[in-house]
Amino acid sequence: MSKQFQFKLVLLGESAVGKSSLVLRFVKDQFDDYRESTIGAAFLTQTVSLDDGTTVKFEIWDTAGQERYKSLAPMYYRNANCAVVVYDITQTASLEKARSWIRELQRQADPSIVIALCGNKSDLSARRQVSQEEAKKYADEEGLMWGETSAKSGEGVADIFTAIAKKLPLTAPPSARGGAARPGASGKPGGVDLNKQANAAGANEPCNC
Amino acid sequence: MDEEYDVIVLGTGLTECILSGLLSVEGKKVLHMDRNDYYGGDSASLNLTQLYRKFRPDQAPPAELGRDRDYAVDLIPKFIMASGELSKILVHTDVTRYLEFKQIAGSFVYRDGKISKVPSTEMEAVKSPLMGLFEKRRAKKFFEFLQGWKDEDPATHQGVNLDKDSMKAIYEKFGLEPGTQDFIGHAMALYLDDDYKTKPAREAYERIVLYTSSMARWGKSPYIYPLYGLGELPQSFARLSAIYGGTYMLDKSIDEIITDADGKFVGVRSGEETVKAKQVVGDPSYFGAGKAAADGGKVRVLEEGRVVRAICILKHPIPGTEDADSAQIIIPQNQVGRRNDIYVAIVSSTHNVCAKDVYVAIVSTVVETDRPEQELAPGLQLLGPVYDKFITVSSLYTPTSDGTSDNIFVTRSYDATSHFETVVEDVNRVWKAAVGKELVLKKREVEAEA
Repeated sequence: MSKQFQFKLVLLGESAVGKSSLVLRFVKDQFDDYRESTIGAAFLTQTVSLDDGTTVKFEIWDTAGQERYKSLAPMYYRNANCAVVVYDITQTASLEKARSWIRELQRQADPSIVIALCGNKSDLSARRQVSQEEAKKYADEEGLMWGETSAKSGEGVADIFTAIAKKLPLTAPPSARGGAARPGASGKPGGVDLNKQANAAGANEPCNC
Repeated sequence: MDEEYDVIVLGTGLTECILSGLLSVEGKKVLHMDRNDYYGGDSASLNLTQLYRKFRPDQAPPAELGRDRDYAVDLIPKFIMASGELSKILVHTDVTRYLEFKQIAGSFVYRDGKISKVPSTEMEAVKSPLMGLFEKRRAKKFFEFLQGWKDEDPATHQGVNLDKDSMKAIYEKFGLEPGTQDFIGHAMALYLDDDYKTKPAREAYERIVLYTSSMARWGKSPYIYPLYGLGELPQSFARLSAIYGGTYMLDKSIDEIITDADGKFVGVRSGEETVKAKQVVGDPSYFGAGKAAADGGKVRVLEEGRVVRAICILKHPIPGTEDADSAQIIIPQNQVGRRNDIYVAIVSSTHNVCAKDVYVAIVSTVVETDRPEQELAPGLQLLGPVYDKFITVSSLYTPTSDGTSDNIFVTRSYDATSHFETVVEDVNRVWKAAVGKELVLKKREVEAEA
């Protein structure tokens, strides 16, 4: 009997390191060379199947550009089960930025959060500024997962998400963990699902016309 | 910052965030700024450090209150009416996906020195000590009349004209006692004073219908509340705006509202930087609230009253509320010889706004005297021992113009009502002035689930 778990995954990292592209590759297996800033799609889901038959559904939160002027809301980190902190292997400064996001996560997020450090744009290794050794050493020191990806070629993308899925504590009853924002609420005592009830009760509401 | 925007929004209170979210969805290019390094402005929820920094800059939060991050203390006491306008906006914009809601467990009313549950079902109404046997029968007839009312069917009107007859006349028609009138007008129609009684009854009728339909939605109380505090609401609308291209800048000083020779809005100056836009929307604190005149000598907001609020940290539920994890208590003005009601709102760790076994109550009322804190006494007395208390007296500002002449659109302060209906009224007002048409909620296209 297969089980499904749902987790909230947040993306962090400097602007233009390829956070959205990484998700687009993971979720839709697409890449767009001229993709600019993130508009309109900041909430995606993707399911990973593990060898033992369990499936892990990621509810993926993109920053929607709110990281640019240090304006990410606390809501963003709230109940995040895992985080992918992205840097660009061709930009040393982006690893520095990743370090500060990781400190922010250690301060703001749940202590049990699983963090993966992800060096993106591995297809541009000719222009590499961040060595694998340096990044991996830092990740080891901080107890983070680490991997390199290319959202453009797809290399390493599925691997990093699968590795996260394997590391998450698959002990809670299916779909009853934090992160499952909407479905979770209606399942708890006193919790209400506005959407569900709105549709069901809509027909009976007094007319406002 | 050298880009030009359609709209600059100043302050990240709920009113401003709903507006920037809806404006972004409409396709406007929005820049949203706040002088604070947190979201929410006057409608924020603060953690312990922020709370003490705001009220007691020289005192660190007591260690025994627990972890900073467990706290989200609301600055204004408001709940969401389950069938109200804010619920509709939440659902239509689909920001509900960022939020979790819980019911408020109980609604109580103060009468003759003690508090009683506002009946939520017919069974509770029959058992309620709020009315005697004969009064219950009269009240039943009154509610049957309201429930049966159909505008197009004169047979349901029983000779009443809701647009002409006063609520007082209707109470008299059904022979309802003053105590029952207090209960209906204040605990159900949620009027803060008795001015409504002499006005046409239509509005009171609509308020009672809103209350009963909200009550019927989930039971227990007409209210719902977002986990992690009211501050989640502005954050979720800010996220909506950002997803539709809105740019966010917190911790940004707003030093000048720049206008041209005709007084029309040009842009906003922050330090050395100036950013231009066609329009500006913002809360009163960015437009000279508390000062004699705003930039350029123009008075843009006026004080129309004051509200006193006491944020109280308790280590126990409120006595007499059946240990409710959350509740509203209304003290009708007549009961304590005032002109305005006193409200008590309480939430707790069930709503993820404080540590376990801690309760956060806010007692509030419209200021009537020069000793505002003392006016809260009847409410504070209901709480039992108070661990710590933070008092604020806030001015309620209202804009002097609708903004259409100078493209400067100022929102109103958060009033003393216990819910968000007037906040949505203000959103509608500003939207109509700034966009030039009525706000029509379209169901947002939901991103496909992969």
